[in-house]
Amino acid sequence: MSAATTDAGASKPNAPGPRWPAGLSVAVLGPVIALVLACTFFATQSDHFLSGGNFSLILQQVAVVGVIAIGQTLVILTGGIDLSCGMLMALGGIVMTRFATTLGMPPVLAIGCGIGVTALFGLVNGLLVTRIRLPSFIVTLGTMNIAFAATQLYSGAQTVTDLPPLMTALGDTFSVGGTQFAWGTVAMLALYAVAWYVLRETAAGRHVYAVGNNAEATRLVGIPTQRVLLVVYVVAGALYGVASLLSVARTGVGDPNAGQTDNLDAITAVVLGGTSLFGGRGVVVGSLVGALVVGVFRNGLTLMGVSSIYQVLVTGVLVILAVTADQLSRRGAR
Amino acid sequence: MPKFASSLLAAAVLAGIATVAAGADQPVIGLITKTDTNPFFVKMKEGATEMAKARGAKLLTAAGKQDGDNAAQVTAIENMITAGAKTIMITANDSKAIVPAIQKARAKGVMIIALDSPTDPQDATDALFATDNYKAGILIGEYAKAALGGKPAHIVTLDLFPGHPVGAQRHNGFMKGFGLAAPDAKINELGKAPEIICQADSYGDQAKGQTAMENCLQKNPDVNLVYTINEPAAAGAYNALKRAGKEKGVIIVSVDGGCAGIRNVKAGIIQATSQQYPLKMAALGVSAGVDYATKGTKVSGYTDTGVTLIADKAMPGVESKDSKVGESLCWGK
Amino acid sequence: MNATAQPRVVMQATALVKRYGQVTALDGSDFELRAGEILAVIGDNGAGKSSLIKALSGATTPDSGEIRLDGVVTKFRSPIEARRAGIETVYQDLAVAPAMTIAENLFLGREMRRPGWRGSVLRQLDKRRMIEESVARLAELKVGIRSMSQALETLSGGQRQCVAVARAAAFAKHVVIMDEPTAALGVKEGGMVLELIRRVRDRGLAVVLISHNMPHVFEVADRIHVARLGKRGCVLDPKKIGMSDTVAVMTGALRPEDLPRDALAH
Repeated sequence: MSAATTDAGASKPNAPGPRWPAGLSVAVLGPVIALVLACTFFATQSDHFLSGGNFSLILQQVAVVGVIAIGQTLVILTGGIDLSCGMLMALGGIVMTRFATTLGMPPVLAIGCGIGVTALFGLVNGLLVTRIRLPSFIVTLGTMNIAFAATQLYSGAQTVTDLPPLMTALGDTFSVGGTQFAWGTVAMLALYAVAWYVLRETAAGRHVYAVGNNAEATRLVGIPTQRVLLVVYVVAGALYGVASLLSVARTGVGDPNAGQTDNLDAITAVVLGGTSLFGGRGVVVGSLVGALVVGVFRNGLTLMGVSSIYQVLVTGVLVILAVTADQLSRRGAR
Repeated sequence: MPKFASSLLAAAVLAGIATVAAGADQPVIGLITKTDTNPFFVKMKEGATEMAKARGAKLLTAAGKQDGDNAAQVTAIENMITAGAKTIMITANDSKAIVPAIQKARAKGVMIIALDSPTDPQDATDALFATDNYKAGILIGEYAKAALGGKPAHIVTLDLFPGHPVGAQRHNGFMKGFGLAAPDAKINELGKAPEIICQADSYGDQAKGQTAMENCLQKNPDVNLVYTINEPAAAGAYNALKRAGKEKGVIIVSVDGGCAGIRNVKAGIIQATSQQYPLKMAALGVSAGVDYATKGTKVSGYTDTGVTLIADKAMPGVESKDSKVGESLCWGK
Repeated sequence: MNATAQPRVVMQATALVKRYGQVTALDGSDFELRAGEILAVIGDNGAGKSSLIKALSGATTPDSGEIRLDGVVTKFRSPIEARRAGIETVYQDLAVAPAMTIAENLFLGREMRRPGWRGSVLRQLDKRRMIEESVARLAELKVGIRSMSQALETLSGGQRQCVAVARAAAFAKHVVIMDEPTAALGVKEGGMVLELIRRVRDRGLAVVLISHNMPHVFEVADRIHVARLGKRGCVLDPKKIGMSDTVAVMTGALRPEDLPRDALAH
């Protein structure tokens, strides 16, 4: 009886000892390099680019899309896509501002209601995807339109002004070594940190990846697949509500026309950040990097005095590059 | 076919003919706006509806899904003609792409009136009832020049997006009114000048306007005058200036005259705005449509529906009305 | 003379019936699995082989009949319940997440948390322990894969099969059911998996092996359960009957009555 080991043959010998996959950090490496290259380029083109104040500004400018992108990342990791995110953000903003002004609700409660409404829409998305088994593209296309109409109807197509100061508090700034940073930026970074932790270090987070990678397998090994999906859509909805608050805090008004292009901007950030549209692969921090890349280009091109149409062109090229890189790296792994 | 069913069918056909005959007397007029949601177009629809009721016309309405949606407007033209419209008013989402559909309609004898935005070429439609957007720009340019009082100008322009004729006309008109060498009203490109220290696109959106202004401030914080394409962009610009602590020393001018914008003039956020009259455009259009249906006379050419400079702080040599007047004439809520 | 010790019966089913509308998939099928054996289950298409396995693994519930695990009557309403009872199944498509690591796949659905507050409050996974466990389990079964941190999709088909088998073996308490484990593999890799299956048996687990591959069946099986017409046709001893006769019994060309007595396993 042979005591030989079952020969592993073609197994790639990685570094010895227990270490979590290096492949995960490679996924973010691409976007980070792109960000560094972009920053280097703009630093050479304008003296005003490389400053604490300018970077703080860019962080504030990407905060809304950045937070939306966290929710979008979760959905895309499960192999779905959420087209309703921008409209839900606008709806949340109108709900919380109108509740606080027209209904005179205390600001904190109004904010809670706004987030509650977006989370509820997230629940609807989730139920339609899990119980009725509709593709997420179709479902969120529908809820996107419903949310848009609801926003316009409830707001009467008017922006809501004269908000209580507590509601715009996240737009206030504090000084760090002479540079002003907004509390909203801190909130966004904190949310990314939490998302990163949950997705990397908890079973619930790993289940999100597993469902996106092979939903049938998760069913067979006893993971509550439907519940994972439902929770993802609800959490994403709640995150869009937080983005509503950030948007309200930044602009100082409830704007029913806000977020019209935010769904595509968020998806762009997620794709640029290295998350695969097929699900099961990606790092949530990548979406922040993706959002920053877009924000840096927008800021840098304005500083250079270049027409905004080039920003659109560059974004399109970057998306193609990012998706191609994802495809090629997957083929390499086989 | 059983007897009962055939007599039912005959009755239905007769009823149908009767309805058509009754409706045949009523002029059918169509209104196609860019979108359904912009308060500007909401007011336009209101004006059209009122005038239609007053003159006994039937009004059909339609709109694109979003700014730039040409296909929906083409479909709307076809459907309205099928429904018997003899006059169609349209604010075109795409001034060039809509022209073939308009030519087809005119070949069938339908009168097409462009509202607010001209087609390209302008004479593709029978008539144009619109704000003179170039003039709107000139008025705020003249005001700004007077308000600056001879100080060297450091101007930021927050425009719409590249290639849009209305965006170009307002921007270039502003330059002309200010006294800078400016392209004329037919040009679709934005004029440049050394006094314009930053040009950025706001897409007419408040949040994007704020971002654009912030980035311009980073480029050159030394601004004392901001031209904005519309009032939401102006609100965003004000926000950005306020956060940078610069709102006191900067003049903001805009175009539109919506009620929210006039409130901002009252609050001192916008110093001057050119007010335009969507209700008037639509009402004139409906009237023209009724005349065509009853008398057979078409309108032609360009009718200026007027623009008024609204500013609370009057400047010598520049005619303006204050925000109270603006509020009585404003559109939106 | 000592009587041979009666082999312990790990799992037993009696008179299982399962109907799907007009079709009777199981028509009073029996089943017996003994401790420490590899029982191959073979049968032609429509013989009731897969229905039998579905009933035993909890994927379906039989309409009537009885299943006993270690002598105790049990009813499975889902594969999860079967798992909790100690029956692990290696599915034909492996049920793995290819983009995730070997260690993550081994513990998929059964992740370990850190002890103390980090595990209960922060719900933090104990990745180090899971990797160590994975290394240990695979070493136990002599599966020679070095790094637990590589993605499953970097492995060859045979290696993936080994990981799936090792996962089942690691968590099974009584029974491991394997559905066509060598179906998609070449000669060398197929041999590697068969080696592994023997080791699983040698560790004390009973193995149910569903396979169409007669040479592989004859290489590892201790007994062969032949499913015919929704019932158990007979149980054969691979040492006492040849491959072609076995196939003949499976297709019905040869009746069990016509076989020599010692070809039947007891």
